[in-house]
Amino acid sequence: MNKQLAEQLRKRSKAAWLERIGKIVSFSALALITLTVFAIIIFVASKGLATFFDNHVNFWNFLTGKNWNPTITDKSGQPEVGALPMITGSFVVTLLSALLATPFAIGTAIFMTEISPRRGARILQPVTELLVGIPSVVYGFIGLTVVVPVIRTIFGGSGFGILAGTFVLFVMILPTVTSMSVDALKTVPRYYREAALALGATRWQTIYKVILRAATPGLLTAIVFGMARAFGEALAVQMVIGNAALMPSSLVSPSSTLTSVLTTGIGNTVMGSLDNNALWSLALVLLVMSLIFNLIVRLIGRKGAMHK
Amino acid sequence: MTALISTQGLHVYYGNNEALKGITLDFPAKGITALIGPSGSSKSTYLRTLNRMNDLIPNVTITGKVTFKGQDIYAPQTDMVNLRKQIGMVFQQPNPFPFSIYDNVAFGVKIAGKTSKEEMDQIVETSLQEAAVWDEVKDHLHESALSLSGGQQQRVCIARVLAVSPEIILLDEPTSALDPISSSQIEATLLKLRTNYTIITVTHNLQQASRIADRTVFFMNGEVVEADDTKRIFMNPAKKATEDYISGRFG
Repeated sequence: MNKQLAEQLRKRSKAAWLERIGKIVSFSALALITLTVFAIIIFVASKGLATFFDNHVNFWNFLTGKNWNPTITDKSGQPEVGALPMITGSFVVTLLSALLATPFAIGTAIFMTEISPRRGARILQPVTELLVGIPSVVYGFIGLTVVVPVIRTIFGGSGFGILAGTFVLFVMILPTVTSMSVDALKTVPRYYREAALALGATRWQTIYKVILRAATPGLLTAIVFGMARAFGEALAVQMVIGNAALMPSSLVSPSSTLTSVLTTGIGNTVMGSLDNNALWSLALVLLVMSLIFNLIVRLIGRKGAMHK
Repeated sequence: MTALISTQGLHVYYGNNEALKGITLDFPAKGITALIGPSGSSKSTYLRTLNRMNDLIPNVTITGKVTFKGQDIYAPQTDMVNLRKQIGMVFQQPNPFPFSIYDNVAFGVKIAGKTSKEEMDQIVETSLQEAAVWDEVKDHLHESALSLSGGQQQRVCIARVLAVSPEIILLDEPTSALDPISSSQIEATLLKLRTNYTIITVTHNLQQASRIADRTVFFMNGEVVEADDTKRIFMNPAKKATEDYISGRFG
């Protein structure tokens, strides 16, 4: 009897096998993704750094140079790979579009969570989901046929430029920032609202002084995510920004971003040549920036958690 | 006996479900009244009609009258902000805002209008002293209120209500989420406050009601079974149901 029991206990049961298989499957999925991410980082880094190690471009000149023309060498014999115009372009469109989108997104989120949750859920939820789903080329096309001509009529010039890019990105990041802001506001516990109202706060005071304050880390995360999306968006921006690798002199002068130069240029260069490597360096800057955005989100999250 | 706050024929419906079936009660000024009764007897619902917190719940219908100092608080011209400043509320779960202790206590005063820094310091200190938590928090007023223990948080919540100097304080099971030591500290705080404030507290803890309340109201199935001096309710109840409940035969 005892022997039988011992045997039964030692034999691996079917449930235990399933458990083991599940573990292996999920671990391999994780390993594969981690491996891919590292492979991409290493690949981009090795290509991007080749500009500096193989082609001996000065790193500082790359970051601060204002002339982008990798096929030409300047008087001192250095190739012209100044990325400052693109870096500036990327940062300016990102910051402006985030600045523009934030009040709209938070306003919409407040309406959807605090003022009219039912209508918010019925109308605004599907609308934001639809907006997220529209391919970026469609946004770019609308920007090209609507936004650019309008800017041309109002401000003169070609209409292409940072302002057009800002408007297109504003519409593109708005749903992301809005739906993340909604999530952030929803995590504010109901009892904060009750406590504030019971102390004689009006609904507006409750929203402004309690809910927004309690949700600040989440809202910041939403904005940074929106910025990360704006920074990385390529196609739509490329279609409206004008693609002139020049320091932007005004919001309506043709300029470029890291992504727009990459998408325009990458098909026209030869692998391993300097102008190809220089584009990889731009890609590396993009990658590092998105890592920094991620880091910021994490720091905000941790700070938020500390206050909880 | 003149009532500070009273209800006449108060009915509350959630949709078609009648939660309160015509409650007529008077609460005199000062002292503690405990509302006791089994779960689902609508004690909390009753408490929340007294400062119109039930208005926040959709599908609620309220009929009957609630008068505070003779004024009908459900009259259309009632200003909710002023009403809730005079009738404060402390909730079951300690719910300080995720701000500093100081900001928590100052909140109600700040939203009501401008106050000088010195005045505010004074209000915060007196309120925390009244709530018997000053000695424990005075050295870290600017740290997050969420870093305090549950009992301390609840007393900060009481201080937050006291800061706007209400006449009535409603408490919805203020100690049910707390350990026995914190609970007895809250009880001691309430006993200190009973001479200056009118306190109405819902409690599941019968011993607590008998320890702190001057008067006790027994609710069952949305109706008041008995309301009397606490001593009478516990020693010599008039109704069979009350006797059964306090002797632990049901509920």
